[in-house]
Amino acid sequence: MSLTLEQVHRIAHLARIEVSASEALSTQGHLNGIFQLIEQMQAVDTTGVEPMAHAQDLAQRLRDDVVSESDRRAAFLAVAPETEAGLYLVPKVIE
Amino acid sequence: MNQWEVVIGIETHAQLATVSKIFSGASTAFGAEPNTQACAVDLALPGVLPVLNRQAVECAIRFGLAIDAEVARKSVFARKNYFYPDLPKGYQISQMDLPVVVGGQIAVQVGQGDKAYEKVVHLTRAHLEEDAGKSLHEDFHGKSGIDLNRAGTPLLEIVTEPDMRSSDEAVAYAKALHALVQWIGICDGNMQEGSFRCDANVSVRPKGQAEYGTRREIKNLNSFRFLKEAIDFEVQWQINEIEEGRRIQQATVLFDPDSGETRMMRSKEDAHDYRYFPDPDLLPLIISEEWIDRVRGGLPELPVHKRARFVSEFGLSVYDATTLTASQEMAAFFEATVAVAGQSHAKPCANWVMVDLAARLNKEGQEIATSPVSAQQLGGLILRIADNTISNNIAKKVFEALWNGEGATADEIIEKQGLKQITDTGAIEALVDAVLAANAANVAEFRAGKEKAFNALVGQVMKAAKGKANPQQVNDLLKKKLAD
Repeated sequence: MSLTLEQVHRIAHLARIEVSASEALSTQGHLNGIFQLIEQMQAVDTTGVEPMAHAQDLAQRLRDDVVSESDRRAAFLAVAPETEAGLYLVPKVIE
Repeated sequence: MNQWEVVIGIETHAQLATVSKIFSGASTAFGAEPNTQACAVDLALPGVLPVLNRQAVECAIRFGLAIDAEVARKSVFARKNYFYPDLPKGYQISQMDLPVVVGGQIAVQVGQGDKAYEKVVHLTRAHLEEDAGKSLHEDFHGKSGIDLNRAGTPLLEIVTEPDMRSSDEAVAYAKALHALVQWIGICDGNMQEGSFRCDANVSVRPKGQAEYGTRREIKNLNSFRFLKEAIDFEVQWQINEIEEGRRIQQATVLFDPDSGETRMMRSKEDAHDYRYFPDPDLLPLIISEEWIDRVRGGLPELPVHKRARFVSEFGLSVYDATTLTASQEMAAFFEATVAVAGQSHAKPCANWVMVDLAARLNKEGQEIATSPVSAQQLGGLILRIADNTISNNIAKKVFEALWNGEGATADEIIEKQGLKQITDTGAIEALVDAVLAANAANVAEFRAGKEKAFNALVGQVMKAAKGKANPQQVNDLLKKKLAD
């Protein structure tokens, strides 16, 4: 499998990454290199091998359901570009 | 409409009853000042890591056991990637390939009376995920305001198979699910606050066709009425489109309660564009047999089992049993009433709880859990009807008195207010004789074949007895005297 230039632009758009025409070309090369690697791996017979969700063979640790975080809104708002009435302001997103 | 079949599947987001968020220690309390309950993890500040809330997992296990599903011994969290300002990480932590609950079913009662039937709705899965924040689009100088208090709130997304065939079935399922999640204590069910929201996937196909039609998804229905109205509108719209030769395009739509219409939403990224992948920040969730057994041991008797028991043990109709198992509180009240009045009087107990008490509570906007008339008081009242101390009519008076706190027990009120029924035949006979003598016209009418005249005479006797005569005895005596 190899990616078309158009697919590279689409992936870049989904990831909200701006790529120029020349960057798209080099990115296409990089990504296709990765796909070749994946193809090689997929050629390995994995019959009977359980799919791996995480590199460490451990179980998720759980925490008790208690409120441990206090209100630090003032500190968090202070580092935001724009705020009002306790809200973070962002460019209008409604269509 | 006859040649079309409606196909509906429902996805529900139930907010889980935890005090802290699914991956952080911030509070989930509703109604706080904006962003006061959004901690560094919820804000996705650099370097933070999610740690899973045990109680959220336990809620999922409870749900899985309650619907007879498979609780996955191993499930995996995945990232669902999309960009929106109320999702600071740029992805939602959810579950994709290995959800925590697989399969299961809920049996629901659809319709009333003769047309009532049971429908089994199969579930595909239920998975744990985090909620997003809230975007406020009011005027902030052309900007949007973001409140992240809700970000990271634990949700259980519950997905059905496309099993429902009408809006009535969809609503019956949604109500049954709503009752169940509250019954097992995993969700407060508050629809106004968004704790329980439904999406409906709707399609139509010609009757007899095996393949499904193209579906459209109606998002975020937060009341049962809207769920029904939205589906009904959508079905009619799809049928019209097809009959006019147009094709249905898969889409996400919103329901506008004011116009009663559904309309297209912004073109959301397609499913494959969410680029799900296992979240490397979270290890697989392993649920032990011991944990599942412990949760099973702590489950209350489920509504479906209680319903069946009310039918077999108390001889109630399925409809009555369904109504009485609408909530834990209702069922507990009914059972406590029966415990006092006796199992042989379960039917009148059911009627009093479902009809008289429910109507009175409804009128006053009160909940059964805080009913001014207790189950013990109501049971005591029903005992006195059963042993003929009072008639049904007088019982309503006693009920009113109990409601108003005029006495601690039905017996006390009957005694204090002199409401005991007159069952002495001699006394009733005297009343009947007096009424017959004073109402010669009615007697003549009755003898001339006018049945109504009889009721008028009964009424006169009851009036003379101040309502306290046993109605059956009055009837019998009148009939006997008139036949002489």
